[in-house]
Amino acid sequence: MKSVMPFRAGIALLATAAALVLGGCAMPQPWVKPYERERLADPVMQFQRDALSAKHFEHVREVREGSRGATGVQGGGCGCN
Amino acid sequence: MRGLPFLAAARLLGALGGMVAAGHAPAAELPEDRADLMYHRYDGGGVEAHGPALLVRKSLLNKVSLSALYYADIVSNASIDVVTTASPYDETRNEFGFAVDYAVRDAMITFAASRSDEPDYIADSFSLDVAQEVFTGMTTVSLGYTYGSDDVGKRDIGFFDQAKHSRYRLGLTQILTPTWLASANFEIVSDDGFLGSPYRSARVFGAAVPERVPRTRTSRAVKGRVIGEIAPALALRGEYRYFWDTWDITAHTFDLGLSRRFGEKWLIDAYARAYRQDGALFYADNATSETLYVTRNRQLSTYNSVALGARATYTWMQVPGKYEIRLHGALERTNTDFSDFTDVRTGSLYSSDATVLQLFVSADF
Amino acid sequence: MTSIARLLQTARLLALAALAVAGAAASAAITPSAGAPDFTLPSLGGSNLRLQEQRGQVVMVNFWATWCGPCRVEMPHLSRLYDKYRGSGFVVFAVNIDEDPRKAASVAAQLGMRFPVLLDTDKKVSRMYDLSTMPSTILIDRDGRVRYVHQGYRSGYEDTYDKQIRELLRE
Repeated sequence: MKSVMPFRAGIALLATAAALVLGGCAMPQPWVKPYERERLADPVMQFQRDALSAKHFEHVREVREGSRGATGVQGGGCGCN
Repeated sequence: MRGLPFLAAARLLGALGGMVAAGHAPAAELPEDRADLMYHRYDGGGVEAHGPALLVRKSLLNKVSLSALYYADIVSNASIDVVTTASPYDETRNEFGFAVDYAVRDAMITFAASRSDEPDYIADSFSLDVAQEVFTGMTTVSLGYTYGSDDVGKRDIGFFDQAKHSRYRLGLTQILTPTWLASANFEIVSDDGFLGSPYRSARVFGAAVPERVPRTRTSRAVKGRVIGEIAPALALRGEYRYFWDTWDITAHTFDLGLSRRFGEKWLIDAYARAYRQDGALFYADNATSETLYVTRNRQLSTYNSVALGARATYTWMQVPGKYEIRLHGALERTNTDFSDFTDVRTGSLYSSDATVLQLFVSADF
Repeated sequence: MTSIARLLQTARLLALAALAVAGAAASAAITPSAGAPDFTLPSLGGSNLRLQEQRGQVVMVNFWATWCGPCRVEMPHLSRLYDKYRGSGFVVFAVNIDEDPRKAASVAAQLGMRFPVLLDTDKKVSRMYDLSTMPSTILIDRDGRVRYVHQGYRSGYEDTYDKQIRELLRE
C-alpha cells in the first residue's frame, strides 16, 4: 500500500544494519573517538538545549499548523483544540 | 496489523543493540538535574494564550531520572473564526506531566504520562521511548511510541465523543566529524474518532454549516537536520521536514539557525523558519458542491508562513560542580499568508501575525 | 488485537530490546595482564611525569575531560581513594584530554584534585591506549601490568575500585 511504503523502507534499513552486524561484516571503525568529541559537547552544538522551551514551541506549532511529528522533541502536542 | 512493522523494528533494535553492545561497555548518561520556571505567551490572529510553566528533574541513585511538568494556558480567544461565527471566550487549560528516564548500560528508556485539562477537552497521553547508543556513541538509534486518548466536549452540552491517537517514532543521530552532527527522524501519527471542532463551521454555498471532518487520519513526517561548528563557539544548524497525510495535506518546513557563545556568560541563538502547507482535500473557503467532508479550518488550508526568532541565555550564577542558574529570553515573530481563506469582514485573503515570547529561569544542580 | 493489547505487546518488546542490551558483556580496549604502554606527559605541577617510573606502586590511570559529565562526578571518589591509599603505595594519574589545558587547570582546582594531573592535549596517549569511552579508568599493578579496565563511570564503580586497589596493594 502506498501509504505504508516509507515505513517499510525504514524497517528495511534497520534490517540491513542488523544483518551487517549479525553477519560479522566489517563495521567501519568509529572515526570520531570518544576523546575527540569535545566540540560536540559544547552547548551551541545541541539541537535542543532547553526541554521546556522546546516543548512550548512544539505545542504552539502543532496547534496552529496542519502538520505534526518528526520534530525530535520529546512529548510534543497534546491533542487539545 | 498496522502495529506489526513497528514491533518488528523493536525486535531488530534489540538484536542490533545486543550485538553491537557486546563490543563495548559505555554508559548512557542520565539527563542532568534541573528546574525551569517559565512565563510563556502567544499572541496571534486574535488569540492570546499565556501562563506559567514549570519543569523539575531529579535523578535517583544515578540510575533513574524523574521529571514533573506543570503547564497552564490562560486563553483569550477572539480569533477570526470566533469573532465572525461566535463570541470571544476565555478559558484555562492545565497540563500535568510525569516522566521516568531509566539508564540501562548504553540505552535510555523513558516512560512519560501527561494529562491536559480544559473545560471542553481532556487529553491523556502515555509514551515509551528507547534510545540506544551504538558504535561507541557515534550513532544513537531511538524508537518511541505514544498513545493518546481524548475526551471531546462542547461547552453547553458536556463531553460527547472521543479521539484516540497513536504515534510511532524512529530517530537516528549520527556524529559525522568532530564538529558536525546529523539526525534523521521519522514519525507516523494515526488518529481515530472526533477530529474536528464542535464550534467550527464550514461554508457551503455561502451558508454556514457545521464542519464535517473524517473520523480517521494517518500522517507521516520525515525530517533531516544537521548542525556543525563553523567557527570557534559558533554553530550553524539546518533542518528540513516533509509531511504528508491521508487528508491530502503536505507541508515543507525549513529551519536555519545560528548559535554563538559570547564570553563565559552569554549564549545567543538566531533562526529563521519557513513553512509551506498545501491544504486538505476537503478544505474549502466557500464550497461550491456538496461533499461528504467539508471544513473551513484555516489551519488545514493552503498557506505559507515565515518566522524569525532569537534567544538569549545569560549565566547568572555559577558554582562549578554544584549549581548553575541561567536566565533566558526567547522571542519569535511569525507572518502567515493564507492562499484560500478569506476574511469575511473584508472579502480579501486573510493574513495574520503571531508573536511568541518566553521568559524563563533555569537551574542545573 | 485491541489497541491496549497492542500497546502492551509493544512495551514488552521495547523492554526486551533494552534488556538485550543489558545482557551483553563488556570488552576492554586494553587487554588486562598486558604491559601498560609507557608514556611521559607534562603535568599541571610543571614537571614531566613518566608511567614507568611508578613501578613498585599501584597506579590508577584515569582519562578525563572537563566536558565529560561522568568524569566530573567520578573525581571526588578518586580523590577519596587517593587520600586513603597513597600511604600504601598508590598513585593516581589523571590524564586530561582537553584542547585547552587552562580549562583542565581551573576544573582540577575546583574539584580539589590532589593527585597529579597530566595533559594529553594532542591525544597521543589516548590513541595509544585506544580509549573507547570517557572516562576510562585503568588499574596497573606494581610490575607495570594492566590488571583492570573500567569503561565509563556509573554510581558504585568506586566501591569496585576500592576492592581492586586493596587487592593489588596486597600483592
